[in-house]
Amino acid sequence: MDIAGKKLIMKALMEEGVDTVFAYPGGMITDIMDEMYKQDNLKVVLPRHEQALVHEAEGYARSTGKVGVCLVTSGPGATNTITAIADAHYDSIPLVVLTGQVPQGLIGNDAFQEVDIVGMTRSITKYGVTVRDRKDLGKILKMAFTIARTGKPGPVLVDIPKDIQTENGPGEYPKDVVIRGYKPNESVHIGQLKRAYKLLRSAKQPIILAGGGVRISGAGKELLAFAKKMNIPVVTTIMGKGVIPEDNELYIGNSGMHGRYAANMAVMECDVLFSIGTRFNDRITGDLNEFAPKAKIIHVDVETASISRNVVVDIPVVSDAKLALEKLMEWAEPLKTTKWLDKIYAWEKENPLVMRDIKGLSPQKVMEGINEVFPKAIVVTDVGQHQMWATQYIKIGEGGQMITSGGLGTMGFGFPASIGAKIANPKKDVVCVTGDGGFQMNMQEMATAMCQGAEVVICIMNNQYLGMVRQMQQLFYGKRYSMVSLRKQQEWRDASKDVTDQDRAYVPDFMKLAETYGAKGIRVTTQEEIIPALKVAKKTKGAPTIIEFCIPSEELVLPMVKGGNPMSEMILK
Amino acid sequence: MDSGKLKNRWIALYVENQVGVLAKVSGLFSGKSYNLQSLTVGTTEHEDISRMTIGVSSDDITFEQIKKQLNTMVEVIKVVDLTDTPIHMKEVLFAKIKKVTPEEKAEAYRIAQAYEIQVIDTDLDSVLLESTLTERRNNDLCSLLRRTFKHIDIVRGGAVAIEGLSTSCR
Repeated sequence: MDIAGKKLIMKALMEEGVDTVFAYPGGMITDIMDEMYKQDNLKVVLPRHEQALVHEAEGYARSTGKVGVCLVTSGPGATNTITAIADAHYDSIPLVVLTGQVPQGLIGNDAFQEVDIVGMTRSITKYGVTVRDRKDLGKILKMAFTIARTGKPGPVLVDIPKDIQTENGPGEYPKDVVIRGYKPNESVHIGQLKRAYKLLRSAKQPIILAGGGVRISGAGKELLAFAKKMNIPVVTTIMGKGVIPEDNELYIGNSGMHGRYAANMAVMECDVLFSIGTRFNDRITGDLNEFAPKAKIIHVDVETASISRNVVVDIPVVSDAKLALEKLMEWAEPLKTTKWLDKIYAWEKENPLVMRDIKGLSPQKVMEGINEVFPKAIVVTDVGQHQMWATQYIKIGEGGQMITSGGLGTMGFGFPASIGAKIANPKKDVVCVTGDGGFQMNMQEMATAMCQGAEVVICIMNNQYLGMVRQMQQLFYGKRYSMVSLRKQQEWRDASKDVTDQDRAYVPDFMKLAETYGAKGIRVTTQEEIIPALKVAKKTKGAPTIIEFCIPSEELVLPMVKGGNPMSEMILK
Repeated sequence: MDSGKLKNRWIALYVENQVGVLAKVSGLFSGKSYNLQSLTVGTTEHEDISRMTIGVSSDDITFEQIKKQLNTMVEVIKVVDLTDTPIHMKEVLFAKIKKVTPEEKAEAYRIAQAYEIQVIDTDLDSVLLESTLTERRNNDLCSLLRRTFKHIDIVRGGAVAIEGLSTSCR
């Protein structure tokens, strides 16, 4: 029986098991919206901005592994999603983004709210297409979900002109679809894996470097079992943080630009680097010529194009992380790595990860407070100094997860993503660690959190600066704080006379902001207040809580490796 | 080591014959700073499949990356590296030589003869040449025409290539 396009879209959502859609209305999707009104088993989340909408869908997808579904209108509705789609693309997050489009007869006419969104997002989607024939709609939607979730996941954009939404056509939603140009890797080359294992067996100082791919593949348990069986220490990228419980003695810490001294030294000194689910981003490698200089490198990745791109590897293995680890486990025999582990522990002792003692509120103490009050939480970060402190000091245990914008580094990501994570996991604690700058990029979502009753604990690390850039200015630009102060009066104008405290006030007042939305706001200025404030937030039901941690203005994220320098050149103090 | 050297290479690319695919493929080259030399496209024996012939100049590592990146595209059905396989390759070229003296006209005919190409049209003071030589040979021809004549229009179509049946063609 023929049905309208909008009805087929609903059918597709139901058959794909979609329970939540993040949607913002507009003229070119009114028909789909009307159809959604009639659905009983579909939760619709209405955000306050389309960028935040897609970040919310990302939070949902990152915390469940399911496809995040977005619906926005044409023109500005579609263009507002772009940053967040790029974010999802970079971190391999499965999304299906449905955009309304002007009727086909108007495409190309510069019609009201017409943009070529497929063209604009071509390089930041896994796949993008405009539906041009009603009879293709079902197949295209099936392709979208299939492509988004399989292989290396990613965002797929389907642009649906208004006439397609209302036109009658085939009512079937296909069970599966054959895409001749798309064959995600579903097996592993045993010979290649054997070579990898043989090399690993011969190692005296092996290291496992685990990235976000291990989480995506759900291979945390397998990785831990394999590392334990072979006695190989594990370091992670920030996207891989938490794939194995951090209290395990084989876990060393994060490596990279702001990684742990011991973790970076272990990568510098290892003789075999077994890397899995990571693409050797420049934040991990530093100077490529000096990366793991003594090591033979094994690289397991699901995407062929990720292998030997940044770092030339000795043994490439194209495989899903879980599949490779399950196979390796069949062969695994213990290695004698006691001496090597002692060496690593000695590095840790030599330069432990600890912030200097300060009078005011130490960021480290805030993170430790979060560990204490929320041991099994999903911790979502924004981007900047607080993000690095979170990756350094938050401990992800069993059942916990860290969600962060790793590849694109999108300020404004954290808060909406935490709302999406909370909506997907109502029974779990969700803590959003954010900065005063990043929070302000999407703070309109306070309304969404209130309306959804999302009990997100928003920890704003307020240093009144765009701290990560200020840190660079502090260290490399002679403290010329250009454009980074978020106070009323910019620092560089301070030399002018008659500047009063009023002139240099900080805006906004986050306590009043919380109040405006009907939420609780707690300002914390001393160490003693950290735990009580977090406990109050934990007890708050049905609404988010803002905790503003007034941290000192000039704290640094250390250790640090200057971009492009070798990982051995860490600034420690 | 040779791997760092720039070298001209050829790829045959089977893609879905759909709107936007050409933009996606060419966008990859500009977006990732790959050096695209030539790109032609046309349909194949299957109406819904197009075949592109792509010429690039790159080192070994970049070329490997280009092939892998092309392979990740959903719309790309097959990537064939033609660099070191026997192929037949041709490029269409038109050269309109204008405002020629009788001597110059005679010279144009002599060049056509030497290069084994066709004079397909002629007027009192102009000659139109058509060449279906290889891209390289066309480069030589262009260079010669530019040095010989003052007023020329050149239109080139880009190279198309197909794998050979014997082992020694190109």
